[in-house]
Amino acid sequence: MSITKKASAASKKSFINYGIVIIFYIVFQILVSTGNITSALKGQLIPIACYMIMAVSLNLVVGISGELSLGHAGFMSVGAFTAVIVSAAMGDASNPARLVVSIVIGALLAGLAGFLIGIPVLRLNGDYLAIVTLAFGEIIKNILNCLYVGIDEKGIHIAFNNPDAMGMSATGKTVINGPMGAVGISKISTFTSAVVLLILVLIVIQNLVNSRTGRAIMAIRDNRIAAESMGISPMKYKMLAFTLSASMAGAAGAVYALNYSTLVPKKFDFNTSILVLVFVVLGGIGSMTGSLIAAGVLVVLPELLRKFSDYRMLVYAIVLILVMLVTNNEKLKGRMDIFAKKMRMKVSKGGKK
Amino acid sequence: MSKSPEVKLVNVPSPNFVPEKDLGKPLVLEAAHLGIDFGGLVAVDEFNIGIGATEICGLIGPNGAGKTTIFNLLTKVYEPTRGTIMIGGKDTHNMTPVQVNQLGIARTFQNIRLFDKLTVEENVKIGLHNHMGYHTLAGVFRLPNYWKEEKKAHERALELLDIFGMADLAGVRADSLPYGAQRRLEIVRALATGPKLLLLDEPAAGMNPSETEELMNNIRKIRDEFQIAVLLIEHDMNLVMGICESIVVLNFGRIIAKGTPSQIQGNPQVIEAYLGTHRG
Amino acid sequence: MLAHLINGISLGSIYAIIALGYTMVYGIAKMLNFAHGDVIMVGGYVSFCFMSYMNVPAPIAVLLAMAICTVLGITIERLAYKPLRSATSLAVLITAIGMSYFLQNSALIIWGANPKAYPNIFKDIEAFEMVGGARVSPVAVVAITANLVIMIILTLFTSRTKMGKAMRAVSEDKGAATLMGINVNFTISMTFAIGSGLAAIAGVLLCTAYPTLMPTTGSMPGIKAFTAAVFGGIGSIPGAMIGGILLGVIEILARAYISSELADAIVFGVLIVVLIFRPTGLLGKQIHEKV
Repeated sequence: MSITKKASAASKKSFINYGIVIIFYIVFQILVSTGNITSALKGQLIPIACYMIMAVSLNLVVGISGELSLGHAGFMSVGAFTAVIVSAAMGDASNPARLVVSIVIGALLAGLAGFLIGIPVLRLNGDYLAIVTLAFGEIIKNILNCLYVGIDEKGIHIAFNNPDAMGMSATGKTVINGPMGAVGISKISTFTSAVVLLILVLIVIQNLVNSRTGRAIMAIRDNRIAAESMGISPMKYKMLAFTLSASMAGAAGAVYALNYSTLVPKKFDFNTSILVLVFVVLGGIGSMTGSLIAAGVLVVLPELLRKFSDYRMLVYAIVLILVMLVTNNEKLKGRMDIFAKKMRMKVSKGGKK
Repeated sequence: MSKSPEVKLVNVPSPNFVPEKDLGKPLVLEAAHLGIDFGGLVAVDEFNIGIGATEICGLIGPNGAGKTTIFNLLTKVYEPTRGTIMIGGKDTHNMTPVQVNQLGIARTFQNIRLFDKLTVEENVKIGLHNHMGYHTLAGVFRLPNYWKEEKKAHERALELLDIFGMADLAGVRADSLPYGAQRRLEIVRALATGPKLLLLDEPAAGMNPSETEELMNNIRKIRDEFQIAVLLIEHDMNLVMGICESIVVLNFGRIIAKGTPSQIQGNPQVIEAYLGTHRG
Repeated sequence: MLAHLINGISLGSIYAIIALGYTMVYGIAKMLNFAHGDVIMVGGYVSFCFMSYMNVPAPIAVLLAMAICTVLGITIERLAYKPLRSATSLAVLITAIGMSYFLQNSALIIWGANPKAYPNIFKDIEAFEMVGGARVSPVAVVAITANLVIMIILTLFTSRTKMGKAMRAVSEDKGAATLMGINVNFTISMTFAIGSGLAAIAGVLLCTAYPTLMPTTGSMPGIKAFTAAVFGGIGSIPGAMIGGILLGVIEILARAYISSELADAIVFGVLIVVLIFRPTGLLGKQIHEKV
């Protein structure tokens, strides 16, 4: 009896998340079609969906697998720049196919990067893992800063550290120009495609979590030694979560990149990784719903705080600290719970009258 | 560097002391000359044991004697410094804890190690992990195999929990269980991995006499039903003397006595180890 | 080559001084104080204001910056970190990141986004001539000397004084330290005070060596110094010094001989290689989980 209830509770939670995404989509589609939206916010729609993907995929590592990663933006950039190259190489293909292929290859390459990085990194624990993922994120950024890619009639030319080494013909077009980043990107991402990808990512993560694989990942998080004694290999499942999460970040990066005409590698530095981690932690570690809401609110919040102009990031910082203090300090949390209880009692009393 | 005191090995029976009923069958566990040093300190030395296919064996000794260390050696949490461990006739040299579990050894922990944030049922299902025959992709895409295997696992988990009458707790988070139930859940979870040998590290710790009584019955029931061997560490002498067919006594990392419960009860070395010696 | 080496050691000494702040705080409070890099920036700005706007002589400006950063460090700890003593390390980390944003944006509002040209404290002193014609700037000499002096003082402090011993006790076991009558909160505050005071010194040295001062000045050196602390084995004072100096030397040599674009990537690459072979850093203690 209670078991079927529990199983349905888990799937109910999943459906709430799909519902949130669909409502988010419908509301903004209506706002856009009726013209009731500022152009600044309209421009943020695809990035919001991408950051939601980033947040839920990082939550797979931080919340479900229990490992702290500070280099998530690095995988996003691998996906982003791969997609830019693929999309440029497919220049004459029709749009949906071009976008899908770009996303898939971007995700695969980011997943490969995650896999290669995971081999040495996932043997470390806790804060050491955090610093090494941070280091990898910075390394990826640095390498992209030195990358030059061009396309001419003979195909793709890649050079490192020296744009002239590409040896392009006169008609060639530079796609990635070192520290200047990707240039002349054709903006083929759409809000709909971003939302479809987001739902896909949610389906994969939530179904994974409620399967034997997801349970193995969580078992390792809760108690590595006990999981090993149950015949579960920590390395295998940590790698699986990390690689999957990296490829999802790559897919998000692909959609993100193909929404701008130019993109610099610096966009995906350490600060972006931290930003996504903040979404995950503020939304509640392990809670996909929380990640979605936190990513949505916190990407829009600086826009809403625009009237504070210079003070908005300061306000953001203060809000962040206060939320952490209120949700994590035992005393404050207790007081908040009592307060919430009182409020609920008042409300229910009022209802009975 | 060895700091272990001199222990006179008197009356030690042959290493392969096995109850009569298991004599014809192959041993489930055989350890010979097992030992481990921690930075020059000899923690365990010359540990020899053979456990019959359906034997219940007790491992006792004063605190710090090295009992849990032996469990950690047998399950490969530590790699032994010397000696061999054979499980079901296979040498476990250089194997990982994961591999020895797959050979058929499962354990509980002295300081409970449940998967705290998961439910009771999920804890048991993690034990069943290697018996669930569907691929990660089948799980992600919810293929028919997923539903079939999950249903099977769900039923099996409830069956196993029912041994301890815990089936109605299946949906409860593991860390909200009372202490005794947590210990019982650890046993169920270990059992779910389908072991040939179950290692129980102080299963009765923190239980009252009636709970201990029930636990004894259940350990016997598990052995009879699953036809497996049990090696248990325990300080509760009623339990040890009540269900063990053989007992190994450890002190300062070495075996000081082996035998049946009645042989151990009268053994002067054992009494000395527990109560101390006259100095004069 | 020699000049590069000395420049590397000099930069590494600055990293080492910053890394000490990370490593001491980590050792005692088991937290990554991400705002530490921004305390360096505050130290830079404060000393800049005293020197440029009030014509305070450099040594006094440094002392004032140290005093203000010390107070700042204690305040940050009291307001943001102390209430989270029993929270998860991730919660504390995010709070520290919030504090880092707070300091950077406060600086942005107070001092503006435009870089300030930091005055050259040593403008009256000639660069030293080394054997072989290499020239060594006075700030390099001061950084290396300061690092050595700080190292010796800190080592003596932690091994000889009552406060230092209390710090080591708290870092080993908070509960046991409390039972021994050590005031854990005061000890942690003192650690933050020392770390922040050192950050002010590092800020002055960093800004003298690289005289552009911006609200984000502290963040990259902060991350690198943190890397240095991990490199040397976090929690270990000599580890921080060795890690810092190695990191500085590797960075300068990579910049000179391989590629200035890839210097940071090489630095982080070396860190990863070290951690693969020594998972707790060069001088870190190996910790085994008790089963």
